[in-house]
Amino acid sequence: MSLIVCRDLVKTYRLGEMDVHALLGVSLTIDTGEFVAVMGASGSGKSTLMNILGCLDVPTAGTYTLEGTDVSTLGENRLAEIRNSKIGFVFQNFNLISRTTALENVQLPLFYRGIPAHEQKALALRALERVGLADRQRHHPAQLSGGQQQRVAIARALVTDPSIILADEPTGNLDSQASREIMETLTQLNREGITIILVTHEADIAGYARRVITMKDGVILSDRDAGGVAVARVVPQEVRA
Amino acid sequence: MNFLLMTVVVAFRVLSRHRMRSALTMLGIIIGVGAVIAMVSIGEGAKAAVQAQIASFGTNVITILPGSMTLGGVRTGHGGAVTLTIADMEELKKIPGVAYVGWSRRDAMQVVHENKNWLTTINAVSPDYLVIRAWTALNGEFFTQAEMDTAAKVALLGSTILKNLFEPGEDPMGATIRIKNMPFKVVGTLEAKGYDTRGNDQDDVVFIPFTTAERKIMGTKFLGSIAAGYLSAESPEQMAPVIDEVQRVLRQRHKLRPDQDDDFTVRNQIDIAKVQEGTSESMKLMLLAVASISLLVGGIGIMNILLVSVTERTREIGIRMAVGAKRRHILLQFLVEAVVLSAMGGLIGVGLGVAGAQAASNIAGWPTIISADILLIAFGFSALVGIFFGLYPANKASQLNPIEALRYE
Ligand SMILES: Nc1ncnc2c1ncn2[C@@H]1O[C@H](COP(=O)(O)OP(=O)(O)O)[C@@H](O)[C@H]1O
Ligand SMILES: [Mg+2]
Repeated sequence: MSLIVCRDLVKTYRLGEMDVHALLGVSLTIDTGEFVAVMGASGSGKSTLMNILGCLDVPTAGTYTLEGTDVSTLGENRLAEIRNSKIGFVFQNFNLISRTTALENVQLPLFYRGIPAHEQKALALRALERVGLADRQRHHPAQLSGGQQQRVAIARALVTDPSIILADEPTGNLDSQASREIMETLTQLNREGITIILVTHEADIAGYARRVITMKDGVILSDRDAGGVAVARVVPQEVRA
Repeated sequence: MNFLLMTVVVAFRVLSRHRMRSALTMLGIIIGVGAVIAMVSIGEGAKAAVQAQIASFGTNVITILPGSMTLGGVRTGHGGAVTLTIADMEELKKIPGVAYVGWSRRDAMQVVHENKNWLTTINAVSPDYLVIRAWTALNGEFFTQAEMDTAAKVALLGSTILKNLFEPGEDPMGATIRIKNMPFKVVGTLEAKGYDTRGNDQDDVVFIPFTTAERKIMGTKFLGSIAAGYLSAESPEQMAPVIDEVQRVLRQRHKLRPDQDDDFTVRNQIDIAKVQEGTSESMKLMLLAVASISLLVGGIGIMNILLVSVTERTREIGIRMAVGAKRRHILLQFLVEAVVLSAMGGLIGVGLGVAGAQAASNIAGWPTIISADILLIAFGFSALVGIFFGLYPANKASQLNPIEALRYE
């Protein structure tokens, strides 16, 4: 059974009188343990796709099945539970809560599980150890470098032991040295069995992935493995009448 | 509930990050609750003191004054006319439900004991007057009927007289005092009553038999005219029927035609108590208004600061939603922050109010009564204010779109 199965995902935003089609029929299958990079020009719908895959948003049309569950029919509370248990997000701008320690930031998803505080702390500390930041647990985001902040964000994504980590341009705000460290951390996690889907503009970052999906104007342009062999036949759909 | 507790802890941490802001936000509630508690405590203390004073007047007492007078109004007509006599009072004794009947006349006079003298009130009374007005003999006894009949030169002393005419520790019993140069034997001293509702020292008084005053000290227009009559009813329920009967009997005795006004005035403590109650009712309404306004202002302050906080923390809300917070978690978080603010304000207000009431009694000497009820009510209300005014901002926070919230700069 595949981890992610999407069929004809459409996402339309309404901006005043105008409809903006962010996704125009995206079909996609991702298996457990894959490391996928999503590339494409700005505005091609990468973030929109990630938000839907991460259950932060729901498609206007089409179906999304995650681990056998049809997510597109679920209510907000169930989606929140799925985000909490199956998905870890890593964002371009880190999105840590300021004036809150690294440890507390990593604890945050566990807080919403209602488990005892000491268990939260123990698990969060383990996650920080996995990204090599156990010694920075008391630091606030402002006291950490960009690369360190992003590793705290990765620890927060890992702490719930999710099925997928979704990273939307995780190196977009980092220098090349920090970028390499982040990619090595993600690669290591993927080796440990976590599925990773990553959005990037940069070819060398995409190079860490074993499969590259390229998007354009809300559709998938190509879908190839690291060797350049097509993974799936891409049939761009013309939705516009 | 584990989650709620953790949310409270988080709320305290968030609020302590903006100490000054939190303190200023709480100020409205602090002042409102503090002022109300201080005022209620002082008000209750004053009320209790007034009630004690009313009780010191005697129980179920009906006062009859010559001339007509409206309660709280002006004395009208009958200037100087003698309209109330001992014979009237003796007749009133026959009314069913009347326990005691007494009468009095008073005048200010100089009293001398050895080398000391003191200007005081000489109150000439019938023996039962002292019973009706709830006087208690500390030493000796009230006047006897024999002393009354013989117009004996005997006196009972209030505690203020003792202080001013006798040395500390000196035994006044059997001593001779002089009123209008006439010797009186002290036959008793009275327990102190304190001040009356008008602030007069009730213990600054010398009692002498009514007959003695009438014949030897004060003189009179004609024998048997009195300045005030007093009745006590057997029970509070008897007050109204007794008053009606008093009016009927006196009108008949004074031969008043139906179109003529009373030439006497009947009053009872219940009227006085009603006036007191009226003022404390309007005081309560004013307090309620002050409390409502300050809690309203405090609540709006909390709502305002929470709306600012929701805007400032938009991205945090998005992050929380992204990692699995449900809308109700976000709602609860902000609601708890509002309640923590208002309840802490309420708690500090309670503390300040109690301290204020204590200060009023310690420094100004006002009697105060701090009741646990009012503290709980004030605290409860401040917590409710938090819920009420926190609901709007908390709901606003919980309805944010997570994607837009995450992108918020
Ligand atoms: N909330 C929104 N409202 C209106 N249009 C949106 C919204 N979010 C994204 N879009 C539009 O959808 C398209 C795809 O956006 P996005 O998925 O963010 O692209 P990418 O991440 O590939 O740069 C863009 O044209 C963008 O302007
Ligand atoms: Mg994007």
